[in-house]
Amino acid sequence: MPEPGGSPGLRRVVRTMGTVFSCTVRDTPSPGLHRALDEAEALLHRADEVFSPYRPDSAVSLERAGAPVPKAWRAEADEVRALCEAAGYDTGGRFDAWYAGPYDPSGLVKGWAVERAARLLHEAGAAHVCLNGGGDIQLYGGPWRVGIAHPLRPDSYAAVVESAQGPLALATSGPAERGCHIIDPDTQAPPGNALASLTVLASGLTRADVLATAAYAVGAAGVRAWLEQQPGVAALAVEEDGRAWTARGIAAPDFTMPRMLRRVG
Amino acid sequence: MRAHSLRRTLLTCVATVTVTVLALSLKPHHVAPAAAPVTQPPPSSSTGGGTSPGTGTRTVTGSTVQTRYGPVQVQVTLDGSKITSARALQQPDGDSRSREINASAIPVLVQETVKAQSAQVDAVSGATYTSEGYMTSLQSALDQAHA
Repeated sequence: MPEPGGSPGLRRVVRTMGTVFSCTVRDTPSPGLHRALDEAEALLHRADEVFSPYRPDSAVSLERAGAPVPKAWRAEADEVRALCEAAGYDTGGRFDAWYAGPYDPSGLVKGWAVERAARLLHEAGAAHVCLNGGGDIQLYGGPWRVGIAHPLRPDSYAAVVESAQGPLALATSGPAERGCHIIDPDTQAPPGNALASLTVLASGLTRADVLATAAYAVGAAGVRAWLEQQPGVAALAVEEDGRAWTARGIAAPDFTMPRMLRRVG
Repeated sequence: MRAHSLRRTLLTCVATVTVTVLALSLKPHHVAPAAAPVTQPPPSSSTGGGTSPGTGTRTVTGSTVQTRYGPVQVQVTLDGSKITSARALQQPDGDSRSREINASAIPVLVQETVKAQSAQVDAVSGATYTSEGYMTSLQSALDQAHA
């Protein structure tokens, strides 16, 4: 897609948190934007440093061990912990960073870091930002077109979402790529009658990601009604038999719907 | 304000679902997309950069990356330091589910790299696992090419 006004834009790929972050800024490059891109990359790496449960010296590992979190990390650590608590409350316990016993904010941190990095770029003057963190995406500006991978069909998207102004975030959860890795805390088992995939759209990726995970855990039977009770979201679900449906939550003032949500195939 | 009319537009679009086939350059079991003209990085930079470590067209093959579902291997063709095409030489095909997933995920990622004329999306939601293997192999190909 051509850049507006012929501007070449900026791209960067960052590998961290065990996945790939692909950042596209479709604005005329400037020293300020290059700096902001460096800062966004640093933010993503730092999120891994602070929150990875696989790093023995991360804030999460220190907290688990009962050790104090270094002062330089405390603000972020507190913010993420509060977000985890809020996510548990908002989802009726479907999202639970303490589910496995020790505190593990991994289910929230990636979305949070992508949302923050994209906002950093936006606030530095980038009007058109697309930050894709391993398939979970935060957009500003546009127009952007995001394909939602079809979990069952090889050569099509389940939908294409076009967003012209944003902010808009998309998070997809489902068993297609990694097997079912989501456990229903009520039954201690993968949700019965599962969806093939569920994509949640919201204005921020922290929330979209949490809701995609939590809604998936609700299971196919009740998920639609559950999503319709959430403020400021839209969702696309693909069922195991390939049928797809969309749901809209309660209207919210901070959520601008994407210009188009088109089912494909 | 504008949000309201956009919501209406969304509802209308959802209500009148149309079938649109997105032209992906790969079909299942055909792993080589057609090479396409590069628009990313922008054409104007190919003459002004002056830092190309190589000259002429060359093809570099990335290392095979083992993912949970099988190997991923990427080959890129470069003109100087510019990627002119990228394709997956190997992708997981251990079971039909993997084939399905990767046939859809990899071409889109190729499009991200090559930005072929047919690329119609800027990003894909829901393709984490394959991305990792693809990017790792792609990176190793670029490392070899010192691009």
